Amino acid sequence: MMTDAAPTTPTTPTLPTTPALPALTPSQTVGPFLHIILPWPDGPEVVPPETPGRIVIRGRVLDGDGAGLADAMVETWQADPDGRFAHPDDPRGASASAMAGFRGFGRAATASDGGYAIATVKPGRLPDGAGREEAPHLDVSVFARGLLDRVVTRIYFADEAEVNAADPVLRSLPDASRRDTLIAVAEPGGYRFDIRLQGDRETVFFDV
Amino acid sequence: MTDQDVSPRLESPDSAGRDGTVPDRYVRPHGVHPDLASPAYRSTGRRAPSQPLVPLAQRLTEITGPLYGEDRVTESDADLTRQHDGEPLGQRIVVHGRVLDSDGRAVSNTLVEVWQANAAGRYRHVVDNWPAPLDPNFSGGGRVVTGPDGSYRFTTIQPGAYPWGNHPNAWRPAHIHFSLFGRAFTQRLVTQMYFPGDPLLAYDPIYQSVPEQARERLVSTFDWDATQPDWALGFRFDIVLRGAAATPTEEPHDD
Repeated sequence: MMTDAAPTTPTTPTLPTTPALPALTPSQTVGPFLHIILPWPDGPEVVPPETPGRIVIRGRVLDGDGAGLADAMVETWQADPDGRFAHPDDPRGASASAMAGFRGFGRAATASDGGYAIATVKPGRLPDGAGREEAPHLDVSVFARGLLDRVVTRIYFADEAEVNAADPVLRSLPDASRRDTLIAVAEPGGYRFDIRLQGDRETVFFDV
Repeated sequence: MTDQDVSPRLESPDSAGRDGTVPDRYVRPHGVHPDLASPAYRSTGRRAPSQPLVPLAQRLTEITGPLYGEDRVTESDADLTRQHDGEPLGQRIVVHGRVLDSDGRAVSNTLVEVWQANAAGRYRHVVDNWPAPLDPNFSGGGRVVTGPDGSYRFTTIQPGAYPWGNHPNAWRPAHIHFSLFGRAFTQRLVTQMYFPGDPLLAYDPIYQSVPEQARERLVSTFDWDATQPDWALGFRFDIVLRGAAATPTEEPHDD
């Protein structure tokens, strides 16, 4: 319980010690009623509609039977096209994006067929912390009834084959045959990225 | 912007070890979150991944995240009893607490989103059609932003329990859904707050999916000091997000 609960009488003597640190709060499922508050009218718009280079990433969230999830929510987080984050914890320094209206964050509830769409721009490459580069990617969270914690994956881009081949995450997958589940393929107006929660061609999910 | 000024552990592009590993900026929870595959909660059956999760180093995309605050909130968002012309039926309550990280630091100016059933246990949602009344004066959604000390507060009505189809005579204990961003992708959390003394907790596979030693953290406490005379009962619910990995935690290592 929290450290600020009503004081109680200790039952055993306690030695002087550092104060207990607060204990992490467990996750619970988002449930089937997330639409009451979580979808925002501009949630799927990582960039404004008129942004040059705007792409739409479309896909479906599918269960182990291949059925679309009508009650899931997909969130994305990414660098801007220059590979920068407007965030104080970026060790290179927070950098307001040169792209007007760039938010970095996208949120889309799925439709009745499990479909989602995020309108964004392709992010830039990132230093990987080991003197190399990470290929352009989006971090993705999927929330749904039946998921007791979010599941996390990444979206890479099929037309970045060279830098994908050097990406430290893609290179280190324990099962290289599953690598393609992380690659969005080009289609008119953008890319397609299906998320298979379970079963045949199950998407790689990460422990972050 | 906040009182958390911990230096990120990804110090420079060359800070990694020779093997290319990157030290964790945020602690990895053990014995805290439910197993994704929890058969007693039937919906996990065809939705929980069957392959093991792949460890992902915490690099730039993971140690940053959206910093949403007051730009996403209007005044009426923090009082779910004032979103319509009339007042909703039910017991008026104040829910408050602090959002901290596991180092004890306040997580300030961060968006908290909440949603819940009405006093009769019915959600204003197209897929909730069990025979309990809707309340024309209750939508059940709210948003608040934490203050400089990580505190938040909203007013609502006590949600009711409701039946669901998980197993015969299944009832969800009364709860309020919470969604939090923190300040990094890694800290994102969606959870549920329960109420003290609820007999349904013992029968609820969603609550019971949490490792036993961590379950009670999801149960709010009755708060006499937050209870307002002639107005509303008070409940306190503190929420703790992942903090710096360098700090030892008291989490039991049961894995």
